[in-house]
Amino acid sequence: MSDYNFAYLDEQTKRMIRRAILKGLAVPGYQVPFASREMPMPYGWGTGGVQVSAATLTPEDTLKVIDQGADDTTNAVSIRKFFENTAGVATTEETEKASVIQTRHRIPEAELSEDQILVYQVPIPEPLRFLEPRETETRKMHALQEYGLMHVKLYEDISQHGAIATSYAYPVKVAGRYVTDPSPIPKFDNPKMNMAAIQLFGAGREQRIYAVPPYTEVVSLDFEDFPFEASKADHPCDLCAAEDSYLDEVILDDAGNRMFVCSDTDYCRSRRDAGHMGRLSEEAA
Amino acid sequence: MTPLLQVKNLAKMYGARIGCTDVSFDLYPGEVMGIVGESGSGKSTLLNSMAGHLTPDRGEVIFDTRADGPVDTVTMSEPARRMLGRTDWAFVHQHARDGLRMSVSAGGNIGERLMAVGDRNYGNIRARAADWLGRVEIAESRIDDRPSAFSGGMQQRLQIARNLVTGPRLVFMDEPTGGLDVSVQARLLDLLRNLVREMGLSAIIVTHDLAVVRLLADRLMVMKDGRVVETGLTDQVLDDPQHAYTQLLVSSVLQV
Repeated sequence: MSDYNFAYLDEQTKRMIRRAILKGLAVPGYQVPFASREMPMPYGWGTGGVQVSAATLTPEDTLKVIDQGADDTTNAVSIRKFFENTAGVATTEETEKASVIQTRHRIPEAELSEDQILVYQVPIPEPLRFLEPRETETRKMHALQEYGLMHVKLYEDISQHGAIATSYAYPVKVAGRYVTDPSPIPKFDNPKMNMAAIQLFGAGREQRIYAVPPYTEVVSLDFEDFPFEASKADHPCDLCAAEDSYLDEVILDDAGNRMFVCSDTDYCRSRRDAGHMGRLSEEAA
Repeated sequence: MTPLLQVKNLAKMYGARIGCTDVSFDLYPGEVMGIVGESGSGKSTLLNSMAGHLTPDRGEVIFDTRADGPVDTVTMSEPARRMLGRTDWAFVHQHARDGLRMSVSAGGNIGERLMAVGDRNYGNIRARAADWLGRVEIAESRIDDRPSAFSGGMQQRLQIARNLVTGPRLVFMDEPTGGLDVSVQARLLDLLRNLVREMGLSAIIVTHDLAVVRLLADRLMVMKDGRVVETGLTDQVLDDPQHAYTQLLVSSVLQV
């Protein structure tokens, strides 16, 4: 064990964060202000998600941390180690075995269940921020449901690119009320937000927490004649041949060769273990 | 006939100083009212108080709403007032950049009010934006250009299109021709006059330019030190001014 209080934060702070989480769950999509603490990592490295995870974890929990879908990148490894040291909880890389999953910019491919909690790291919680810089005004717009401006952004996308070019952090409307930033997940993941697990969003620098309760309707904004489309690279995974997963493009050499691999490493590994073979399987092995 | 807008004893104070006070008038459908006066006479304060941009300290601004008939907009709920501001009301600012989103294309600017009242069909929004560009004499090919690439006169016309696209019944205009050169001014006035006649708009125009009200306004209100000193038909007030200040105002116009 460590000399830290369980999960690093003191109990009063966790209480404060839990209150914000409960309020967020009660008002789906509403950004609840909270007194974000200094964490032993820089802003932008998931301080909001870490605080929400710390307030959510119990000693019996099993934690999984992913960064852009991967379990083995710097951010994921360091946060997983952080909670191994400060909370002593079990950790896993397998989506099904985790009870709390902290994520940066992806939703796992495997379907989540009712007994799981998904914690998102959020850089900018306000979906209207780049359209309206004043916080007083954006709050008023949320309060009065004045969301026309959000569609102006999508209109501009279509008029400039011929299609809605926003491909990540694609705005959604939660429970028919609040327009919400889904954190910078690819829009491929948006439809998955109608899920059985609890979704919690933490923005450390911006001091906001919001939440989507299980089975809550999450609708991606669009136009009647330009409907929302969950897009991904039009390839199968080169390692596990999955056609249904979100892919990362990896440049292999200076000759322009590239491969597409599942961004969800756990999903890809479990498929390969089950015997699925992709175009580059032998070389990779 | 019910007046479209009834203003009763409207007053706005800035601390102990008077912004405007004791203003009362009725505006009927299709009528254009001009408000003239020198800088600091309270005409912009009055306009902003009527349009809900400033909260008046006393008085009523009763608007004949489509759904509920005459309602005092000062005491109505903020969502309802803001909804009115996007549908039945329009506000044309003196400086086009106050009324436009400079980082959004002309089409997006015009479409914003449509999307704000729930239009979710891109083709439809774009068609109406193109139609309105035509009506304010901006080439349709400029639909995807940003207002920052437009001349001052074009920006002002774009602002008018953006405001009128939802078919408002009452337009507030704050010096709509200020800062434009005379030939551009003339075309803008022509355009405004046509639109007002065609759409049967009521309008309240604040200006210090007597020629503008002579062309556009049916009725005239002269303000001085926050109070209305003279009202009447435009031609009557301009040709036979009664109040000393109005006489000064009329005689101060430079002749070419």
